[in-house]
Amino acid sequence: MSSGFVRVDGRLPDQLRPIKMAVGVLDKADGSAYVEQGNTKVLVAVYGPRELHPKHQASLDSAIVRCRYHMAPFSTKERKTPAPSRREVELSKVIKDAVSQAIFLENFPRTSIDIFIEVLEADGGTRCASINACSLALANAGIPLRDLISSVAVGKYRGCIILDLNDEEDEAAEADMPIAMMPSLNMITLLQVNGVLTEEEFKRAFNLAVKGCMEINMIQRETLRSVYASIKGEED
Amino acid sequence: MTERRIVLPGELLVEGDYQPGLNVFKYGGGFYASKIGVLSIVKQTVSVIALHGVYEPKVGDVVIGKIIDVGTFSWTVDIKSPYTAVLNASDYFKGRFNPARDPLIKVLKPGDMIIAQIADFDRTKNPVLTVQGFGLGGITRGIIVELSPSKIPRLIGRKGSMINLLKREGKCQITVGKNGLIHIVGEKPEDEELVAQAIRKIEREAHTTGLTDRIMRFMKKGGS
Repeated sequence: MSSGFVRVDGRLPDQLRPIKMAVGVLDKADGSAYVEQGNTKVLVAVYGPRELHPKHQASLDSAIVRCRYHMAPFSTKERKTPAPSRREVELSKVIKDAVSQAIFLENFPRTSIDIFIEVLEADGGTRCASINACSLALANAGIPLRDLISSVAVGKYRGCIILDLNDEEDEAAEADMPIAMMPSLNMITLLQVNGVLTEEEFKRAFNLAVKGCMEINMIQRETLRSVYASIKGEED
Repeated sequence: MTERRIVLPGELLVEGDYQPGLNVFKYGGGFYASKIGVLSIVKQTVSVIALHGVYEPKVGDVVIGKIIDVGTFSWTVDIKSPYTAVLNASDYFKGRFNPARDPLIKVLKPGDMIIAQIADFDRTKNPVLTVQGFGLGGITRGIIVELSPSKIPRLIGRKGSMINLLKREGKCQITVGKNGLIHIVGEKPEDEELVAQAIRKIEREAHTTGLTDRIMRFMKKGGS
């Protein structure tokens, strides 16, 4: 990896975009979170576990997860129609599968956990930002989790393996690989690849993604902890 | 437990010869938290007192519920949990019950609040309530405040220190539903309101230390 390689936004190949996170931003939801990764902005609300309607969808031995990924009409340069597109339906499914792995679904038979993801601004890596936000919102809702899920994309851009692609890089990239993992348990819950990577490139990209997930995990943990630190500070 | 350490899901708590308690799971040789909460290790049992979460019904819990539907033989009761509860007319009338003679709507209407105990609940069916017991039945006076169910242990305090303080200083009768609803009856509405304010303060500051002393000062001052 050439260390002098500078990206379109001036980052180093192994550098994340600036990240901002907040939890409990919505009052009516059981849990909520807001995540910014560069210009990508995502808001997530979680409800449940709650009684499931229609009842025929219920699973008798576990909760089910329902997930809706939606991009706001103003999230892109050109207006996006608010109706769910093929891509949004697919991403809802992909995110649901990545996030469900962490939840103790068997604790709440016959119920549903509903996740609503609203992309406010899209600039690459929305699925990863969504997964990061979902994980925070689920923890905030008090839903039992095996671990927080951290997610980041890696890709190959002009022959160089880079971390956390933005939209411009994503469109020109030779390959793009979003990954989600549970860092404490060392488990992967999402791995997709678009494009072509050699075996050696894959290994390098994978290790870079793991490193990125660890960094994001630290920020997630600090965010969840800071809620209690600030209230404590008020009192003493 | 002197230190009140806040733990997060997936955090390794301890390793070795322990038993997993509430909100803790074992993976490999380690014990991990599954919710945001306060770590507690009593003898060899590791548990996490959760700071967020819904009410999970348990047989024997006293809960406060709201009637949401009236049937011919039973009432449907909202107990603020993922599962709606059922109160059977045969339980309310102690078995001597004729739906033609005693229409259920005359006794409890939708919107009425009841104090009840969970008689039966498992993974396959919704909770069944009973009102046969001391202090159980329909609520006719007083006020009800809502608290996050995960903060009920804090409201009760160690060996009931907090709840006894509220009863004594607030001059009110207080019934704590495990599902996060609290029924307060006092001589004067001001007394009830003061206790309600104290409970809201407990909710905001549930994870802090020295809370009982602050609530004591709050009650003595008559609010802040």
